[in-house]
Order: sequence, then C-alpha cells, then structure tokens
Amino acid sequence: MEDGSRLGPRICEGDCAVLKRDDVFKAVPVLRRRKIIFEKQWFYLDNAIGHIYGTTFEVTSGGNLQPKQEVEETATETKEAGTDNRNIVDDGKSQKLTHDDIKALKDKGIKGQEIVQQLIENSTTFRDKTEFAQDKYIKKKKKKYEAVITIVKPSTRILSTMYYAREPGKINHLRYDTLAQMLTLGNIRAGNKMIVMETCAGLVLGAVMERMGGYGSIIQMYPGGGPVRAATSCFGFPKLFFDNLHEFPLSKVDSLLSGTFSTETLPSEPEDNVLVEEESNGLTDEKQTALQEGEEESTTEAAMEINQIEEQETTDINAEDVEFKENKEKENVREKQRKQWERRKKLIETAALLREKNADGLIVASKFHPSPLLLTLLEFVAPSRPFVVYCQYKEPLLECYTKLRERGGVINLKLSETWLRNYQVLPDRSHPKLTMSGGGGYLLSGITVVLDKGKSDSSHSQALKMEEPSCKRCKVQDLHC
Amino acid sequence: MSFVEYGDTIKDGDTAIVFLGHESMFPVKVQHGTVTQTKYGVIRHSMDLIGKKYGSKVTCSKGGWVFILHPTPELWTMNLPHRTQILYSTDISIITMMLELKPGSIVCESGTGSGSLSHALIRTVAPTGHLYTVEFHQQRAEKAREEFREHGVEHLVTVTNQDVCKNGFGVSNIADAVFLDIPSPWEAIGHAKSALKAEGGRICSFSPCIEQVQRTCLAMEEYGFTEINTLEILLRVYNVRTISLQIPDLGKAAEDNSSAGFDSSNPSNQGSPCANLQQGTVQFKSGVPLREMVGHTGYLTFATKSLF
Repeated sequence: MEDGSRLGPRICEGDCAVLKRDDVFKAVPVLRRRKIIFEKQWFYLDNAIGHIYGTTFEVTSGGNLQPKQEVEETATETKEAGTDNRNIVDDGKSQKLTHDDIKALKDKGIKGQEIVQQLIENSTTFRDKTEFAQDKYIKKKKKKYEAVITIVKPSTRILSTMYYAREPGKINHLRYDTLAQMLTLGNIRAGNKMIVMETCAGLVLGAVMERMGGYGSIIQMYPGGGPVRAATSCFGFPKLFFDNLHEFPLSKVDSLLSGTFSTETLPSEPEDNVLVEEESNGLTDEKQTALQEGEEESTTEAAMEINQIEEQETTDINAEDVEFKENKEKENVREKQRKQWERRKKLIETAALLREKNADGLIVASKFHPSPLLLTLLEFVAPSRPFVVYCQYKEPLLECYTKLRERGGVINLKLSETWLRNYQVLPDRSHPKLTMSGGGGYLLSGITVVLDKGKSDSSHSQALKMEEPSCKRCKVQDLHC
Repeated sequence: MSFVEYGDTIKDGDTAIVFLGHESMFPVKVQHGTVTQTKYGVIRHSMDLIGKKYGSKVTCSKGGWVFILHPTPELWTMNLPHRTQILYSTDISIITMMLELKPGSIVCESGTGSGSLSHALIRTVAPTGHLYTVEFHQQRAEKAREEFREHGVEHLVTVTNQDVCKNGFGVSNIADAVFLDIPSPWEAIGHAKSALKAEGGRICSFSPCIEQVQRTCLAMEEYGFTEINTLEILLRVYNVRTISLQIPDLGKAAEDNSSAGFDSSNPSNQGSPCANLQQGTVQFKSGVPLREMVGHTGYLTFATKSLF
C-alpha cells in the first residue's frame, strides 16, 4: 500500500465516518465489534480502522471488510449487440439461473463480480439487447450483487444530502441546495459572530460551524430543554470548534431584551450534547401529522439516549460497596452543583454576547413560525449584516416579509426558492433525470440597516414605499427630485 | 473594511455599496474629498461617509436618502464591473458546498473572468486557505489583481496570466478543489487532476452547453474521476403582493355570499381578509413569480478525484 502520511487522514476508532454506496450515505461512529447494517448488508468496521478515508471495501463472509484493490473494468467479451428491442419478449424466462442457483453461488462465497458474469452468460436476451441496454443491465446487476462500500469523511455536502434522502422530516425538508444558498446569503465565514436558530437536528449548525472553521463565535438559540445536535456530532469536528459555540434558551430572549433577565430559573433538562445515533427509522414524512410525530420522535429518541446513560450510571453504582456508594452520592451532588454553576456561568456569558447586539448575521431554519423569531432575534444583529430565514412553506415567509416592512431596519428583502435538476450525461444519451425534487423549501433573506426609532411612523411608511412595486416607487422618486 | 472581515465604520479607501432601493445599488470607492453623484443628489465622502456606521442612512444633497452597506462577496457579485459573463450567487452557493470548501481549503480556478466567483471562494477559504486563479486574458488578470488588492484579500489569492489548457494551474498536488469555467474544460481535466492533492479532491466544471458537458464528462472518466454528477440550479424569486380577487355573483342570497368561508382559508390570517364586502372582493398576500426569470445559466458537473 502507498505511504499513508502523504495520502491524508486515516480511519481511527471513535471517528465519525460516512458509509457510501453509489448515491446512498449513512453516518456511523467507527467502533470495534459493532455490527452495522447498511443497504441490506451487515458487517463490522474493525478491519477499516487504519485505512485511509476514501478507501473502498468489499464485504466478505462473516461481515469482514476487505479493501478493494483497483476497480478493474471487466469488459464483457461478448461484444455482440442488437439494434433495437423488437425481438425481446418479456416472458420471465430469459434468465436461466434460478433464484436458488444464485443463492447457491452466493453461499459458496463466489464474488459479486463473478455472479454478474454468470448472469450475463445465462441470459438468453442479453445478446439481443442494444449496447446501451447491455450497459444498463450490467450496472443494475452489479449494484445488486457486488457488496462494495466506501468509507468517506463527513462534510456538509455529504451529510445534507444524506439527511435529505434518508430523514427529510428531521430537517424540515431543507434541501441541500437550499442550505447552500443560506450559507452564501448569510456570508458565513471564519471570524463571524453568528446567531443560529434551527430545529434541523443540528445540521444547519454543523454547516455553519464547518464554514467558520473554528474561528469566530456562534450562539445557538434553542427551544425547550436543550439544543439538539445529533447531526452536528456526525461532522466529527475537533474539540476546539466547540469552544466558541454558545447556546441560549429561546424562553429567555424576551427577558433579556426587556432587561429582566436572571439566571435563577434555568431550563430543567440537561443541555449536554445529545449524541443520537442516526438509524433510519423509516420516518414517513408526507403527511403533516406524520411530520409532527417525527419531530416528537426525535426528541423522545434523544431523551431515551439520556435515560440509557443514566441507567448505566445507576447500575454502575449498584455494583459498588454501600459505603463507597454514600461517598459517591455526596460526590455526585457536588458534581451536580459544580455543573449547574458552570452552566449558569456560561449562560451569563452568552447573555452578555447577545446584549452587545453586534452579531454579524442571523440564520433561522426551524419548525416554528419564522415571524416572531425573526422580529425578536434581529434585535441582536448589527446594521449592514445579512440574515436568512428558511421555512418549508411560503406563506409564513409572506407574513414575515410584511411584518419586517412594517418594522423597518431591513432592506433588500428577497423571497426565493431554488429549483434543482440532475442530468444523465452519456454520449448521445444526455437528458434530465426522470425524477426531480418538487421543492426544497423557501428562503427570505435581507440586510439589516440602522433602525431610527425616533420618527417611527413617518419613516416606517417611507421605508415601506421604498421597495414597493416600481410604479409606486416612481412617485417616491419624483418627490425626491 | 475587507472582503473577509467586517468593520463597523466607513473608512477612507473602503469599497462601500450605495443602496438606492429596490435592487438598485452601486459600489463606491471611499476617498477623502471625493463626491459621488446619485439620482437623489450628491454624496460628499468626507462629510457624509467617512466615520459613519455601515448600514447608516445618508441624506443626499437633494434631500433623498440612501443606505451605505458593508461589501460582501454577494453584494459585489450584484454590483461588480462586468468584463465577462459572470457566475451569480445561486450557482456560487452550490459550487462552494459541492466542492466542500471551508476555511483552509486550497482552490484552483480558471478563468478568473470578472472575479465574481473568486471573491466568494476567497471569503470561504480565508483566513488559512488560498485561491490560485488562472486567467489567459492579460488585462483581465491585471484588473483582478488590482481589485483583490483594493479589497484587502491579496494575501489569499495568486493570479496567474496563462492558458490553463496549455500550462495548467502552475501548482501540483496541493489543491482540495478545482473549478473550471472555460470554453473547452475537457482540455484542462489532466491539469486539474495534477493540481489536486494525491489523496484526492473535488472538481467542478461550469458549461452553458450540453455538448461541452458531454466531452468534459468523458474526459473526467478517462482521467479516473468518480462520482461524476451533472446538475442545473435556478433561482425562483417571488414578489410579495397583496392581491384582491372579486367574488363572482352566482345569484345567491347576500348572506351566503359573505366572507365567512374565505376568512378561514386566508393564508396569513392577518385580520384583513375582506376589504370590501359590498363589491364582493377578497384580499390575500401572495408570492408572485416573476413574469420572466433566468431559465438557464449553465450545467455544473461535479466529480471526485478518488484515492486509487
């Protein structure tokens, strides 16, 4: 094998990695002796540890991973091909190998590649297929019988496409290209002080963190007991990325703005990073009710994880001596107090960061109505900074737009969505793919400006006119000249 | 002011954006003693701009006012002087994400063109990354260098004046990503591959015509790139309008014709659904698509240089 140091990072135990097979991704923690099920195959990652990211493995018997050397292209020798499909009849008899034959081949440990070759040889219609159809046939069979996976490093590209394909309900159907727009429109970069309010399992937060590369600071606003960062943990960020990540409860925002903020009453639940392992749970997400259920599901899942940890702790304690247990309990109490004190300290620090009202941008992508969030959180943003709000639906953003116009202090408001189409590109056979996403959600973006609160009514109406339809604006311009 | 760092106040030498309203804006180089003409009158830089906060409202000599904005790569894309056809923020967004760019990334780009994408790339890879951009047109290369200097990002970018198809990017085995926006990208795929790191990386090619894409894809395959994927992205903008529609008179009794049924179906529920019951109209907010929109910019082909 090549010299690894030159070839980039190796897969280490405890890493967050992504399994890839064609266009399908799955994020997994790299652990020894842990069975993983992916794309109807099961295997252990033990053998992958020490290999370089980007390596392709073959799943061999017993669920072992074997690095695959050189993707050899076995050009099918039978270079015979038909001109069209006039002689091909679908009678279900074209394949001479039976289901049992194929199973027997598999059980004998015959490699997927050879099975595909046998299938071709035993197909009575293969020769009559056109060259294009033969390609397609081989590709289809390869996908079915070759047990090959690639292990790659997580990134926003991979995780956002993975979430959109596997669990769109957990990220409010935020399509990856829409997320890409948010990151650009929000001018996310190293050194910014960003406010992020999201309920997309921490995916948007992770994307913002990746783009900031550990420089600058992020304040995550969260609803309920604590921020959900299941997707954030899939990125496998270095620890220092979390040094300047702060969190602040939404329920405290009003009191912070009105000056009555105190740290006496804290949110009850622990706000530790909740590392939820992402298993595809076949979330149905088309119906509104199903979507809400999905939301609850994810929170209960997180809660379950916490319970499990607590249970483990208690069983640990039960195994100890009784005396020791008492000591430990005292220690636990002290530990709890220390943690609570630390949390209070962090909360005070975060409140101070917000009070400066000089954030470099605001990103909102949540299941809540965006209007109250935006109107409140914009208070913390400096003038001449971008903000972006995502909503799965257009109507709440229409209301947002109107309310922002009434409030003033924002310009260049734009309501948009993106349209994304993938293409098949093959010689003489290029065309758009047969299916495409019907919608990836809507964005409202704009730029903050100094809000002069003095002359409220007149300036409001002026600001309102400023971006009305062009016909109305002509009048305003006339007034100006 | 710099394109990779926010500043609070407007300073001498800054590039600022003058916002006149409704997508109408232009960039201005702030200089002591200079004046700028707008349709609302004159802006005197020393008096009206320098020392003011970015985002301030500035009153011009004729009494009209404008906002002065801190530059961002996105505002620059909307306002830069065109020397070529440029890439807009919608394409730039997906390019940045699909190339997996972040602070510290090393990127190669050709051609530089008007520097629209370049500014966005520099923003994303700063403060520890670098952009190597190659432009075969000498004046354009020179102009780009000048702009990067003015925008305080010259330490993050190297502009080379050469033909990428003949001479490549001038670097090898250091790039995390390569971007091509040239007439015959298939001729540069080999150079792109050697610019990318040995461990692999991502590539993107932008072409308006499908024939170009086809040849590029073949070249990518030939050079062993994997995950080759072509896509197209378009921006749909909606104008927010208050619309009122007439209720047809079907000859029913007046009460049945009332607004009750429409009230609940009003999407924004703002308490002003029916403006005029006598005339039988119903009002609602709508996001109206533009009568005409950009229907094609170019195809984006992405691929991965794989490890083996």
